[in-house]
Amino acid sequence: MSEFLRNYLTVAIFGGVAVALLAVVLGLGALIRPSRRQPGKHMNYESGVDPVGDGWSQSQVRYYIFALMFVMFDVEAVFIFPWATRLEAYQVFGLVEMIIFIAILALGLVYAWRKGVLRWI
Amino acid sequence: MNLASVFAGPFDAYWAQSILRSVGVIAAVLLPAGTFVYLFLFKMVSFMQNRLGPMEAGPYGSVQLLAEVGKSLQKEDIVPDRADRTLFKIAPYLVVGTVLLTYVVVPFGPDMVFIDSNVLGTGIFFVMAVSSISVIGIILAGWASASKFSLLGGLRAAGQLIAYELPLVLSVVGVVIQAGTLDLQKIVTAQATGEIFGWGALGNPYILTQGVALLIFMIAMQAELAQTPFDMPVAESELVTGYMTEYTGLRFLLFFIGEFASAGAFSAIAATLWLGGWYLPGLDLTADYMNVVGPLVLLGKTMIFGGIIFFVRFTYPRFREDQLQRFAWKVLIPLALVNIFATGVLKVVF
Repeated sequence: MSEFLRNYLTVAIFGGVAVALLAVVLGLGALIRPSRRQPGKHMNYESGVDPVGDGWSQSQVRYYIFALMFVMFDVEAVFIFPWATRLEAYQVFGLVEMIIFIAILALGLVYAWRKGVLRWI
Repeated sequence: MNLASVFAGPFDAYWAQSILRSVGVIAAVLLPAGTFVYLFLFKMVSFMQNRLGPMEAGPYGSVQLLAEVGKSLQKEDIVPDRADRTLFKIAPYLVVGTVLLTYVVVPFGPDMVFIDSNVLGTGIFFVMAVSSISVIGIILAGWASASKFSLLGGLRAAGQLIAYELPLVLSVVGVVIQAGTLDLQKIVTAQATGEIFGWGALGNPYILTQGVALLIFMIAMQAELAQTPFDMPVAESELVTGYMTEYTGLRFLLFFIGEFASAGAFSAIAATLWLGGWYLPGLDLTADYMNVVGPLVLLGKTMIFGGIIFFVRFTYPRFREDQLQRFAWKVLIPLALVNIFATGVLKVVF
């Protein structure tokens, strides 16, 4: 196995150990803690009164537009990182390229701003 | 790639070593997280509010944390009948597990790196990618609880965390441009050996040249950790505790461990990126003793950022939800883009 893949295996082992550690702690708790089932305990909390209707109630998600814009800028960030590490080699050419790239994306933000979706709708 | 080649070679040594090192790193991570809780959450806030805080468990209440863990271990574990049981139980693992993973790439000394940085050189990019997975855990927790408070808290958390993810990522780009690398170890070296206009006695800690980026990072970090003034997802006076409402005992504690471990992780990364990490001016960058001194230096710098996080937390009142979104999109993101632009121009000119 190559060094490269082995490093990712190390990351996976670390994650596995982290999860196993949590499982051990929770398992230890399961040995100690009591379990006395009463119907009232297993009701959802709603300020102390019996819950009304379904917990998965429909509500208006007011900032779903932000989620769409997040995708746009997150992709931008992915492109900026490799450029940022190599700027010294690209010099002015790289700088101009990236200014154009960022300007186009900033235009998207300005458009959303002008359209008024950055307000609380 | 066949299985035999995966498990060939120094199989036993590699696995034993990796597992041992993982346990070591996680133990080392929980230590500063615990110190954060005791020093800032228990004691500092108590003095700010003119009271003593925990005093009973140990001298000055110093083993209060162990008492809290012991208490949580004995609490009954309740999963609401209406909840989605599987997702409800997975969520805390996802939140805490990904937080711990961010420590994999943080360098603690010249040889104190968990992963050989020459191979996995993505460093800070890895941190940003992994730390954003915990958002999924929080949405899962909010959704699976099948409670109105939890659902609202989970949705608020989702909106807030994605909005502040961007300034966080974009502010780091300024440092990456200056250092010319994503690898945290090389960023530390670049700061230690850098010069400010030919004067190299202090090195070049990026807090001096990337101060704006640090400010954006600190604000975004406060929001990512859902600390006051950005604590609408867990607003205890309106949403009880948001996505954690239905969690009891140990699972509730796991969310708190995740919160403070990620406060530690972000502080350590901020210390590495802006304050020079494990290096202090005047010390020898490659000497063996730095493997012992380095982690302590990094811990000290981490505490500086931790102190700021919790000082702000206990000083300012809560934002409104729309103010929060507006602040991210109309102030922080444009500012971060301008910072990238300015850094790029200065880098090419000088």
